[in-house]
Amino acid sequence: MYDFSQVTSWIHELLLTIMPEWLAVTIECVAIGLILLTVYALLALFYIYFERKVCAAFQCRLGPNRVGPFGLLQSFADMFKMLIKEIIRLKNTDRFLFALAPYLVILASMLSFAVLPWGEGMQIIDFNIGIFFLIAVSSIGVLGILLAGWSSNNKFTLIGALRSGAQMVSYELSIGLSVLTMVAFAGTMSVTGIVEAQANMWFIFSGHIPAVIAFVIYLIAGTAETNRGPFDLPEAESELTAGYHTEYSGLHFGYFYLAEYLNLFIVSGVAALLFFGGWQPLHIPGWESFNNVMAYIPPTVWFVGKAIALSFIIIWFKWTFPRLRIDQLLNLEWKYLLPINLFNLVLMVIVIVYQLHF
Amino acid sequence: MRYDEWKDNEYIEQLVEELKANGTNVIVGSFDKLINWGRSNSIWPLTFATSCCGIEFVSLGAARYDMARFGWEVARSSPRQADFMMVAGTIVHRMAPVMRRLYDQLAEPKYVIACGSCAISGGPFRNSYHVVKGIEEIVPVDVFLPGCPPRPEAMIYSIMQLSRKMRVEKFFGGVNRQEKIEEFLAAHPEEELNA
Amino acid sequence: MANIQEKIAKQFPEATFEEGEILLVNIPDDKWHDLAQFLKGDETLHFDHLLTIVGMDWVDKFGCVYYLSSSTSNELLSVKVTTEDREQPMLQSVHDVWTIATTLEREVYDFFGIIFLNNPDMRRLFLSIDWKGYPLRKDYDMSPENNPVPRENERQEDVTYTYVKDEKGNVEKKTVTIFEPNDFVVNIGPQHPATHGVLRFRTAVNGETIKKIDFYSGYIHRGIEKLCEGLTYPQTLHFMDRMDYFSGHQYHHALCLAYEKALGIEVSRRAQVIRVLMDELARIASHCLFLGTYCMDLGATTMLFYTLRVREQILDIMERTCGARMTFNYGCIGGVMQDLHEDFVKDVKELLAVIPKNIKEYNELFIGNVIAKGRLEQVGNLTKEDAIAYGVTGPSGRASGWACDVRKTHPYSIYNELDFEEVVYTEGDSMARTKLRIAEIEQSAKIIEQLIDNIPEGEYCVKVPKVIKLPAGHWFQMVEGCRGAFGVYIESDGGTSPVRLKLAPPCLPLANVVDHLTQGSKIADLITISGSLDYIVPDIDR
Repeated sequence: MYDFSQVTSWIHELLLTIMPEWLAVTIECVAIGLILLTVYALLALFYIYFERKVCAAFQCRLGPNRVGPFGLLQSFADMFKMLIKEIIRLKNTDRFLFALAPYLVILASMLSFAVLPWGEGMQIIDFNIGIFFLIAVSSIGVLGILLAGWSSNNKFTLIGALRSGAQMVSYELSIGLSVLTMVAFAGTMSVTGIVEAQANMWFIFSGHIPAVIAFVIYLIAGTAETNRGPFDLPEAESELTAGYHTEYSGLHFGYFYLAEYLNLFIVSGVAALLFFGGWQPLHIPGWESFNNVMAYIPPTVWFVGKAIALSFIIIWFKWTFPRLRIDQLLNLEWKYLLPINLFNLVLMVIVIVYQLHF
Repeated sequence: MRYDEWKDNEYIEQLVEELKANGTNVIVGSFDKLINWGRSNSIWPLTFATSCCGIEFVSLGAARYDMARFGWEVARSSPRQADFMMVAGTIVHRMAPVMRRLYDQLAEPKYVIACGSCAISGGPFRNSYHVVKGIEEIVPVDVFLPGCPPRPEAMIYSIMQLSRKMRVEKFFGGVNRQEKIEEFLAAHPEEELNA
Repeated sequence: MANIQEKIAKQFPEATFEEGEILLVNIPDDKWHDLAQFLKGDETLHFDHLLTIVGMDWVDKFGCVYYLSSSTSNELLSVKVTTEDREQPMLQSVHDVWTIATTLEREVYDFFGIIFLNNPDMRRLFLSIDWKGYPLRKDYDMSPENNPVPRENERQEDVTYTYVKDEKGNVEKKTVTIFEPNDFVVNIGPQHPATHGVLRFRTAVNGETIKKIDFYSGYIHRGIEKLCEGLTYPQTLHFMDRMDYFSGHQYHHALCLAYEKALGIEVSRRAQVIRVLMDELARIASHCLFLGTYCMDLGATTMLFYTLRVREQILDIMERTCGARMTFNYGCIGGVMQDLHEDFVKDVKELLAVIPKNIKEYNELFIGNVIAKGRLEQVGNLTKEDAIAYGVTGPSGRASGWACDVRKTHPYSIYNELDFEEVVYTEGDSMARTKLRIAEIEQSAKIIEQLIDNIPEGEYCVKVPKVIKLPAGHWFQMVEGCRGAFGVYIESDGGTSPVRLKLAPPCLPLANVVDHLTQGSKIADLITISGSLDYIVPDIDR
C-alpha cells in the first residue's frame, strides 16, 4: 500500500534521464547520507527529551517545560551548548586514540542504521544477511568505549572501560542467540524477509513460548548492550563519576551522549523488527475490516511507534531498578541467560520441525 | 518573563549598555543570539557540595522545586561536562586547592555561583583558623547567593540570573567572559593544574 | 558507682577519684594502659566502649579525658590522664584496648600535638600535612599569615609514623607503609558523588577487589570547637545545626541539656514535649533522606523523589514553627525559641497519616526488589564485637545486635515515660542497616502519636539570666542523634564562654569502620557499605 521502493526507483530513473549512472548513484548516496545524518540527530534529540519527560513522570515531576512549548526545544538548546563547549586537550594521553574513540562509537550506531527497515522498501541497504551485519557492526561500539577508557589515562575511565568490555562481550552472546532463535523461525537472515514473514501475524504471537522467552532475553541483553540501568556499570555515576567518558568534554562527550540514545533506538528497533513485525501493521487473522483500518497507518509510523514503545520499557527499567554489581552481572549472563537461551533455541527448533506454531 | 519585571540587576544592565554602545555585525550578532539562547537554556551543574547547602540543592532537584523544568537537572559528576559549579557550602583550607582544580577542569565557558554565606564570606565560621573567607580568593564568582542555606527558590533565582548573564555576553568577537578570567589569572598566578 | 571505685582503688592504689554525675578517675600516664586493660577485661566492669577522648589544654598541663561506657551495664566512667611536658607532650596509646582509639588519638594529636606512644598511625587527621601549629592549644597563633590559604595541591605521603619508646626511655619515630609502590591506588573523593560530601578514600584495588582503604577527612573541618571558645554560651548553640544538618534538633537538645544541667535550670514540661516532638520529626526526615540518597547511590534514582516527598512535608511543619528549612536554631537554654505554630498539631496528624502508606511503598519498591537484595544482603557484615570496638553507635550499631540507643540506655528529657521499642537486628549487613532505619521511622511515628494529642499547656521557655555564666566545672551529656550517640563535653572556669567545648560526633567512628568492612569486597560494595553507614561529613570534621 505504501511501497516506498516505487518512489526510490522513480527518483533513480528520473536522474538517469539527465545524467550517467555513476553520477546518479553518487548523488543518491550523498542524499541518503544527509538524510541519515538529519534523522540521526533529530531522533537523538527526541530521545533525550523523551527520556527526560518519562523519567520526570516516574518521579512525580514535570520535566523540561520552559524552553519552547512543553520544553520541546530543550534538547536543541543542549545541542547548541554542546557544540560550542571547549574540547579539553589532556596532557599525557594518546591524542589520536582519545579523539578516535567517540567517532568509533558513533560509527557503530550509524552503520546499524543502514539495515533498519523504516517501511516497505524504505531501508538504505537490503541484503541477504542483514541481521548478521547488524550484530557485527553494533559490536564495534565496544571498541570505542575501550579506547576511550584506555586513552584517557584516568583510573576511573579504565575501570569503566574494562567493565564495559566484560559486559558487552558477555551479553553479545545472549543477543546473538536470541536473534538466532528468531532467524531460525523466520528461515532467513534478510531483514526484508523477516518482516515479510510477519505479514499475517507477528512472530511474538506465532512463535508463542520460545518467541516470548527469546524476546525477554533479548530485552535484558539489549538493555545491557546499551549500558543502561540497571546495567549501567561502565558509567556508574555513583561509583566511577562518569565512567569511561569522564575525561571527555564538549562535542566529544556529545557523541557519547548521542550514541547512548541512538543505541537505545537501535536495540528497540531490532526488537520491533524481530518480534513485532517491523513496519507491518497489527493484523489479526479473520478480522478483515480491522486489518484494513490498521493498514491505513503508514508503515514508518508503525515501525517508529513500536521502537519508541519498546524504548519506553527500557527507560522504565532504568528508573526503577538499582544497579547490579559486576559479578552479579556476569553471573546473570553466564549462569542463567545463556543456558536458558540454548534451551530455548532447541525448543524453537522443535516448534519449527513439528509445525507447532501458528 | 517580560524584560521589565526582570530589570533588577545593575551589573547585567551595565553589560547590556556596553554592548549597545559597541554595536555588532548583523551575521555575527544573530549567531551570537542563537548560541546564547542555547547556552542560557542549557546550564548543567557540577555535583559539588560540601555541606548544608548541598542538601538544599538536592531538594532543588526533587519533585517540589524540580529544576528539571528549566533543563538544569543534568547534573554531571565529571567537571569536564558541566557548565557551572555551585559552590554549596563552606570551603576550608584543605579543600581550597581541590576546588581550584575542579574549576580548572571545567570546560569553557564556565561559571561559578557562590551559594550560601559560607562560600561568600566564610559565614558563621569566618573567624575560624581553617575557613577560606569567601571563595573569590580562589576562583572568579559570577553570582553571589546569600542565605544559610539559601532556600531552593533562591537557588532557582540565582541560576536564572546566571542565565541572563549568559544571554548578554557575546560568544563571537569580544568575549567579556574570557577577559575577566585572564584578569583573574593575572592577579592569582598559578601553574596549570590541568595536567 | 562506689563499687567501681572500690574495684579500681584495689588494683590501682595511685588512682584518685572525683565524685560527680560520672565518676572521674585520675591516673598517672604510666599506669594508664594497665588500667585500660583492666577496665575492659574485668568481667563486672566491662567498659568496652570508648565514647570519646577529650583533649585538654589547661595551660599548665596537657591531658585527655576518656569517656567510657559498658555495653552490658550501661555504666559511664571517665578517666583523666595528664602530662606536664609542653615541648613534646606524650601519653600512652590505648589503641590495642579500644580499636576506635587509633583515630580518636589522631584527632587529639592533630589539635593538641599530644603524641600517643605505640599508636600505629600518628598523622594529622583533619588538618593538612604541612599545617603549622596545633589549633586547640591555648597559645595557638590564629593569624592568617601563619597558615595562609594553600594555592598548591597538598603533599601526599604513602607512609605514616609511629612513636615507640625503647628500654632506655628514648622515643623513636618509625615509618609505617600504608601503600606499597606498586599498589593500584584509586583516589575516591573528596569530590565524588558517592562519598556524601567531601570525604576522601584512597583505595588500593586489585582489579575490582578492594585491598585497603585509607580515609582522609578534614575537607570541611571548620574548627567549631575552637570558635566556641570565643563565643558566649547561647551563641555556641547555632553551630549545632551546621554539623550534622539532619540532627540539628537533637544536637541542640544535647547542648541545651548540658547547659541546663550546669545552670540547674528546670525546663517546663511543654518545652520538653516540644523538643522531643521535634527530635523525632527530624529523625523521620533524616532517615527518609538516607533511604533516598542510598537508593540513588545504588542506581535507583526514583526512590529519592518518593522519600523526599515525606521529608518536604516535615520541613514544612518545621518551617512553620521554627522559621527555617534546615538551620532551625530552635532549642535554646531554658526551652525553645518560639511557641508551636497553631497548625502544628493538624499538620503532624496529616504527616502521621501518610507515613504508613509511604513505608509500604518503599518496602515494595526497594527492599523487596531482587537486585536490591543481591546488592545489600551479606554485604559489609559487622559483628557486634566489632561494632563496639569501633564505637559504631546508632542505627548501624543496632543493626549488628548492639542495643545502644541513648534514649533507652541513658534516658534524657521525657524519653523514659514514652512507650517505644528499641529496634535491634542481629544480621549486621547493609540490608539490616537499611531495614532498621525504616523500622525506626515507625517507632518515631509512634512516639509522636503518643505526644501529639497531649502537649501540655505552659511556657515554652523558662526565664533564664540575661548573661549566662556557667559555674566552674565540667559536664558531659549524650543524646541519640539520627546517626548515633552524640556527646558534648563542656568545661567552664566560671566565665561567659566555655574553656573547652568538645563535640563527640557519631559519624567519625562510622567513617573509620569503612576500611574494616570493605576489605576483600568489590568497588561497588564500597558504595553500598559507606552508604548504609550513612555518615555526614561535616559531622565528622566539625
